[in-house]
Amino acid sequence: MSAERTFEYIGTRPIRHDGLDKVTGRANYGADFTLPGMLHGHVLRSPHAHARIVSIDTSAAEATPGVKAVITGKDIPKTNAKLSLGEAAMELGPMGDNALAHDKALYEGHAVAAVAATSPEIAREAAEKIVVVYEVLKPVMTVDQALAPGATILHDDLVTKGKPLADAPKHTNVALRMELKRGDLEAGFAAADLIVERTFTTPMVHQGYIEPHACVARYGEDGQVLVWTTTQGHFIVRDASAGILGIDAAKVKVVPSEIGGGFGGKIPVYLEPLAIVLSRKAHRPVKMVMSRDDVFRASGPTSGTKVRMKIGAKKDGTLVAASASLYYEAGAYPGSPAGAGAMCVIAPYTIPNFMIEAYDIVVNRPKVAAYRAPGSPAAMFATESVIDEIAQKLGMDPIDLRLKNAAQEGDSAPYGPKYGPIGLKQVLEATKAHPHWKAPLGPNQGRGVACGFWFNAGLNSTATVSLSADGSATVVTGNPDIGGTRVAQAMMVSEELGIPVERVRPTVADTDSIGYNDLTGGSRVCYATGMAVIKAAQDARDQLCARAAKIWDVDPSCVAWERGRAIPLNGASDKEPLTVSALAAKMTATGGPIVGRGAVSAPMAGPGFATNICDIEVDKETGVSRVVRYTAIQDVGKAVHPSYVEGQMQGGAVQGIGWALNEEYIYDEAGHLENAGFLDYRMPVASDLPMIDTVLIEVANPLHPYGVRGVGEVPIVPPLAAVANAMAGATGVRFTDLPLSPPRVLKALSGA
Amino acid sequence: MSTIHVRTTVNGEPTEFLCEPAETLLDALRNRLGLTGTKEGCGTGDCGSCSVLLEGRLVPSCLVLAAEAIDREVLTVEGVAVGDALHPVQQAFLEQAALQCGICTPGLVVAAKSLLDRNTNPTEQEVRFWLAGNLCRCTGYDKIVRAVMDAAEVMRNETSEVRA
Amino acid sequence: MLTQRYEAPTTVADAVRLMQADPQATPLAGGTDLLVQYRVGLRRPSAFVDLKRIPGLVGITLDEVGMRLGAATSAAEVCEHGEARRLWPGLVEAVGLLGSTQIQGRGSVGGNLCNGSPAADTTCPLIVNRARAVIAGPQGERTVDVDGFTTGPHKTVLAPGEVLVALWVPRPAAGTGDAYLRLIPRSEMDIAAAGAAVSVTLDKGGTCTAARVAIAAVAPTALLVPAAAEALIGTKLDDAALVRAGEAASAAARSIGDKRGTAAYRRTVVGVLTRRAASIAAARARASH
Repeated sequence: MSAERTFEYIGTRPIRHDGLDKVTGRANYGADFTLPGMLHGHVLRSPHAHARIVSIDTSAAEATPGVKAVITGKDIPKTNAKLSLGEAAMELGPMGDNALAHDKALYEGHAVAAVAATSPEIAREAAEKIVVVYEVLKPVMTVDQALAPGATILHDDLVTKGKPLADAPKHTNVALRMELKRGDLEAGFAAADLIVERTFTTPMVHQGYIEPHACVARYGEDGQVLVWTTTQGHFIVRDASAGILGIDAAKVKVVPSEIGGGFGGKIPVYLEPLAIVLSRKAHRPVKMVMSRDDVFRASGPTSGTKVRMKIGAKKDGTLVAASASLYYEAGAYPGSPAGAGAMCVIAPYTIPNFMIEAYDIVVNRPKVAAYRAPGSPAAMFATESVIDEIAQKLGMDPIDLRLKNAAQEGDSAPYGPKYGPIGLKQVLEATKAHPHWKAPLGPNQGRGVACGFWFNAGLNSTATVSLSADGSATVVTGNPDIGGTRVAQAMMVSEELGIPVERVRPTVADTDSIGYNDLTGGSRVCYATGMAVIKAAQDARDQLCARAAKIWDVDPSCVAWERGRAIPLNGASDKEPLTVSALAAKMTATGGPIVGRGAVSAPMAGPGFATNICDIEVDKETGVSRVVRYTAIQDVGKAVHPSYVEGQMQGGAVQGIGWALNEEYIYDEAGHLENAGFLDYRMPVASDLPMIDTVLIEVANPLHPYGVRGVGEVPIVPPLAAVANAMAGATGVRFTDLPLSPPRVLKALSGA
Repeated sequence: MSTIHVRTTVNGEPTEFLCEPAETLLDALRNRLGLTGTKEGCGTGDCGSCSVLLEGRLVPSCLVLAAEAIDREVLTVEGVAVGDALHPVQQAFLEQAALQCGICTPGLVVAAKSLLDRNTNPTEQEVRFWLAGNLCRCTGYDKIVRAVMDAAEVMRNETSEVRA
Repeated sequence: MLTQRYEAPTTVADAVRLMQADPQATPLAGGTDLLVQYRVGLRRPSAFVDLKRIPGLVGITLDEVGMRLGAATSAAEVCEHGEARRLWPGLVEAVGLLGSTQIQGRGSVGGNLCNGSPAADTTCPLIVNRARAVIAGPQGERTVDVDGFTTGPHKTVLAPGEVLVALWVPRPAAGTGDAYLRLIPRSEMDIAAAGAAVSVTLDKGGTCTAARVAIAAVAPTALLVPAAAEALIGTKLDDAALVRAGEAASAAARSIGDKRGTAAYRRTVVGVLTRRAASIAAARARASH
């Protein structure tokens, strides 16, 4: 194990290789590609939240000069195919139906037809000429509406999976009910001295990546398909597009562009199948770009939720029982992260008796996609608010209460397995010791603390490391670099081979040029793809040692690798060590190219825990609040490039602050989204925030050679409750519904 | 529709192109001139990704008509570095890790340059309010603000060296 | 239909002729409202008539009686005008609230007024400063009070063929101070859920001799509230007077609830903003003696 290993490159802060292109505007993102003869696609979207499509007349659009192809749901096959993914299996039928509706429009903005024309303006004007006759149906906009007796049903054939309740209706909007339980719940609550029970809600929110979805597709008459796209997983784009369209994955090549943010939202396909089919019809390449309006209405935000949370505690702070019911909006098709929420909801604590149920519920909103630690933030908002209230009622320090019940190595996670080495206690102790925790507060200010949990994914990754004759190296992987993973991968190669980071070139290859890689997501790239990179580098290193043995004419067992050099062991002690450059220079003579290869199916990465401390100041006459000080503390395993680890923590914290304070999807009663733009979907701006202090705790993950664990997702989990707990401190009112927007805060303060 | 002949100056170079009357400067830069460094994040002036300088003033190029550039000077992110020399803001972004996905970076570089053109000694709050129209969803702004403050310091030192 | 023409007249007369010849044409100043509305399909004018190449439409001139502000002058240029800021700090601060730095580089006070939004940040401070709108039309030039320029949401007194060319703001009387405050959930980049502008004039003894109060985003147009002004006039602008002015503003509000705030919320906070703006205006008035 690597706990005592000293590193030369890991833990330093080199400049990223893709940085120059990004600060000079040269980097190419999804919308930056053009091809000769390229057409422009435009999607016609449903103005209704719920409607049966009676007929579509495309003749006027087709007759428009400049229009080269028009498609509707009839052009997308219905399929039962599935795609397996680490975090969830993807049903391709619904994904295809979501990309272009077959029978029903299931949310406002649902694609119903698409046009390819010689300019974006012509495509848009032609799309407006398509006549769609709708039979408008009653929209189901909330989980309460979806569960109400006699509710409108979205999918006639939907059957509740998992463990439906015995008396559950057969015709339902509940796609899944799951349960987790342990111990004796009744006895647990009976033994409690204090029980706190509350119901919490969080709104549907969007990942808010700044780059809209965009792609270019070219379909050849021989059936070969080329797609350039901005995605978190180009292998998923390949397999999903091929699966939906019923074509062979081997005929599809997907080239990832630079990606302008995703946070989970650029995992599904939306435009790609349409662009492929339009290109097939038009015999020309087709480019499609979403507008910001499209992104809000018709990509995949995350679930609005309702969580009923009940926790019982002894006077000394020991938590004895918990029950939770989680209701998550899936959007138009099954697949909310309710199950993940259930697994996370009490994961930081050892509670002997619990019963957790989770419901995945379809509503007439866009189908949710992953969003950073999907399912966990809303679940832990409930838990961490209730824990805070218990601490307050027991007169205990909220960190001490958490420390008393914190899970540690050997404890069984509520979702089953035993925890390996985890850093929750260290994180809590660092939080308590941080000067922020003891700093005085000003007038109208309050301080909150909260904890967060995320599993961190493993999954499949491939990497190759190739040496050049001058001793430099390239490292090739298949994971779009969403925030600095390329430089981290180069650093791993440097660490293994002793080549300076600047002499290692990291590249993200297309689907033809590297073995299979699962998506960039689940906080897995630095961990799992990193393992593949290290393995590939070690493979190259072993080959270098073999070449040294050959040069020295000794047995390979007489050669070892140390600080970037092959060194002679017993039996070869008269030889001078050989550097990478020296060995690479003789590559041709000693056996040809040196290419190291690594392919892994990594186990789940070992959970990540974090805490946040938030100070908030409230204008009690207007309800306006500002975060005035913020500290994020996290067990990161081993920080490969600390700057980008800090960046993940800071960015996640700020997304969480936005979720807590102002972000929300606002629908009218008919199911029309009223704030599909950055003006009224209020993400935090620079002047809303203080600096975000970070504390990196490194509890090595034994599953990884350097101790790395995923860092990207858990940062968004603590802020919701940290902000709400701070608001409770500042105002004396406990808020259970997000966002804590000024009107809501003022209403609560005035008791109206 | 009457196509318009635009004679303008982009990044110091005399430039000509044809455009439609309603075409935005952003679209003309990207699609007519191949200057794709300027990004579209929203098209409604709310995200700052399309920031350029028009006659030295910071503007959202999505809300400028291409025809308005006639006889004007436009500076895009592609024109911020001079030859091999990155602008101090660009260098500071690299050193401070002030970018993650990088899509907002061109707009932020142009916006920060325009601040430092006017004021090489901004306070943290001045930096934050100047950049409030540039959305970044990855970084939480911390490292961006630090990078701009660092670049300001570099520029102040350069000026004092010249004076000395 | 997409917009077919871009025109860039260099005289007011040409602009008026173009507008008169084509009722579907629209003047273009900063474009920060117009081009957004165009993009989302709310407006499809036949032509954009760019006013920014007309001398006098851009720029600020100040004389002994007042300030002439070219209608298409960018907000940034107004904010950089030190003397304007000294004379009308509330008005200039309001101009500084028009959107981000980028929007400031384009958006104009004239455009803000002509867009006719009830939430416009500059209309109320113009009203309390007794500003007048200079309008050119086929029959020549006319001026109207800014109070009354907007007749309803996105409706103004401009007749077909007419163009707003300038705003004229009289120099404030001695002992006058103004202020504008708005409420937005974030610190920047939002449309006001409520706004309040106050101008007060104090005599040397500190008694308020004149006052004007106007409130934003709580009625179909910016609203002058005489009752709030009356609560201030004759007082020393003590706390009780400020509270009464705030109450009068809340009472005058005819707000609706929408995505930016409930009706009740807007009514409450417009009173708070009025009270606070009056306090700032009073301090400025005292300091100006």
